[in-house]
Amino acid sequence: MYKYNEFDEAFLAERNAQFRAQVGRRIDGSLTEDEFKPLRLMNGVYLQLHAYMLRVAVPYGTLNSAQMRTLALLAEKWDKGYGHFTTRQNIQYNWPKLRDIPDMLDALGEAGLHAIQTSGNTIRNTTADHFAGAAADELTDPRPYAELIRQWSTDHPEFQFLGRKFKIAITGSSADRAVIKAHDVGLQVVEQDGKIGFRVVVGGGLGRTPMIGQVLREFLPQADLLPYLESVLTVYNVLGRRDNKYKARIKITVSENGIDTYRAMTEEAFMAIRGQYDGTDQQLLEEIKTHFATPEFRSAPTDAYDAAYASDPVFRAWADTNLSEHRADGHAIVTISIKAHGQTPGDATAEQMRVMADLGEQYAYNELRISHQQNVILPHVHKNDLPAIHATLKAHGLATANIGLISDIIACPGMDYCALATARSIPVAQEIATRFDALKMEHDIGHLQIKISGCINACGHHHVAHIGILGLDRAGVENYQITLGGDATETAAIGTRTGPGFAYDEIVPAVERIVEVYMAQREGAEETFLETYRRIGMEPFKAALYPEAQKKVA
Amino acid sequence: MARAFTPKVITANDLLEGDVIYFTADDSWTRDMASAELITDEADAQLRLLDAEKQNIRIVGAYLADAKAGPNGPEPTHFREDFRRTGPSNYFHGKQEAEANV
Repeated sequence: MYKYNEFDEAFLAERNAQFRAQVGRRIDGSLTEDEFKPLRLMNGVYLQLHAYMLRVAVPYGTLNSAQMRTLALLAEKWDKGYGHFTTRQNIQYNWPKLRDIPDMLDALGEAGLHAIQTSGNTIRNTTADHFAGAAADELTDPRPYAELIRQWSTDHPEFQFLGRKFKIAITGSSADRAVIKAHDVGLQVVEQDGKIGFRVVVGGGLGRTPMIGQVLREFLPQADLLPYLESVLTVYNVLGRRDNKYKARIKITVSENGIDTYRAMTEEAFMAIRGQYDGTDQQLLEEIKTHFATPEFRSAPTDAYDAAYASDPVFRAWADTNLSEHRADGHAIVTISIKAHGQTPGDATAEQMRVMADLGEQYAYNELRISHQQNVILPHVHKNDLPAIHATLKAHGLATANIGLISDIIACPGMDYCALATARSIPVAQEIATRFDALKMEHDIGHLQIKISGCINACGHHHVAHIGILGLDRAGVENYQITLGGDATETAAIGTRTGPGFAYDEIVPAVERIVEVYMAQREGAEETFLETYRRIGMEPFKAALYPEAQKKVA
Repeated sequence: MARAFTPKVITANDLLEGDVIYFTADDSWTRDMASAELITDEADAQLRLLDAEKQNIRIVGAYLADAKAGPNGPEPTHFREDFRRTGPSNYFHGKQEAEANV
């Protein structure tokens, strides 16, 4: 994985020194809050409901064990002993003090991490498939391109004051695990005539106006990545609206002007910009690629794994849900659930972070990943090490066998922390997970994604959930709307609203009724919730959710 | 007809700690909402907000929040202000934790 060179280190150290001085000037009164706010946001510092919040980027979701230990150190030394992993492969600390934040940033810098552009109207952390470099179905590792984009976009003078924030996601597989169609720009590595390039998707996004991205370019040669992205951004900078915050995202720009106009203007800009690139970026890319060399996977028997799988039902249940197919023989991808039933989705304690860092170092070629689904991944594990890994995870509350199941819920921080939220998300997720765990139904229910947002901005991706929950404030009371049939994969779709919302104490029973309809209607255990929904449509679910309305119609 | 004015408190976040604070009748700040000044006059509210904002060197984002008179002092009328007064519901952190440690 990428290791900072002298330039990177010096740049980050200088940037952190600048911010330290800015914090000092705010505290001594030289800067007003209006002057300071854009500066702190550029460095990932928010002011939330109860405290400051520091958002640290985990670039394209990849980190090594030393970096994970640094995240643990921050949690322990300057926060309340835990961190919250987010849907954009970042980690958030909910309780830092303003005076401490420069020290936190310096500690991060020493480990090759930063909080730059994790907020503000800039190009944010480029997210990637969390199985990148490991997945059996992958064409090529997308992370060198993500790192190239990170270096290009960091402190890019033209893109520091965009009309609105800008999010890029990249995948190297046709199976989309990075939700690329719900990003401002989505990139899929594809192959044409034996050459690597990108399918470029633009104008996707969730929030108050959810849209699925459209194809801007079917095939973009690898060498044209940066000039083409620069062209997309240049057109956005010119065409994007700045009169209305809610119409400023590129999805609105593309929608209002039409994809054909956007494409024509991008291609025109590209003609002018391409010549400014003299190949230096491609040299840099080649250098970056050396950092992402595939580990030398060992060849060994899997007898210990086979024996544990045959004899230990707890291990088997975990292996069945939390492992994914690896590209190398005898290996597996491990998803560590940080969603124990009843716990806050995405939270890990400092101790858990250290345990995962140790496992990464000992068994996973010193690599860890953060998924947009708020879990942690050991991307390269030999199967014979799995029984030992599972035993360690179990000892630290990290062996929950629920990946892809109903309790593997995405939830934004909601009104428990976020200044923008209109309702709580976390307790709803906790109660759903606890309820279905008590019913002992979740393995029987199978693959079902619930995603919860505590406001219309949709950080919890509720639009692309099989069952989406949106928390709102209705006349001073929390109220939860439900959407069904959303899809976050390559067949991306926005869910459909069921109807009127539910009160806080009605939302878990409502989810239960939806699941009951599915269980009653599915054609065997093989048919997933989403498949059943697509086959039978909304009506049976509506009938279960709103029996009174049905009576009136009858 | 104009909407009737509902009582308010002035609240903000502390610059250094980041935690929730309330403006008192003697122009200082308290961490206890019950000790805040309950403002019942609309014209007064705007003037008091200006008073509060004079202290912008040590506070962030002062605003008027709906409140009502309770037996021990001002109380929130909206759940958002209730969370700000208490802390998050998933951990015993924030003000609820601070109070327990008194």
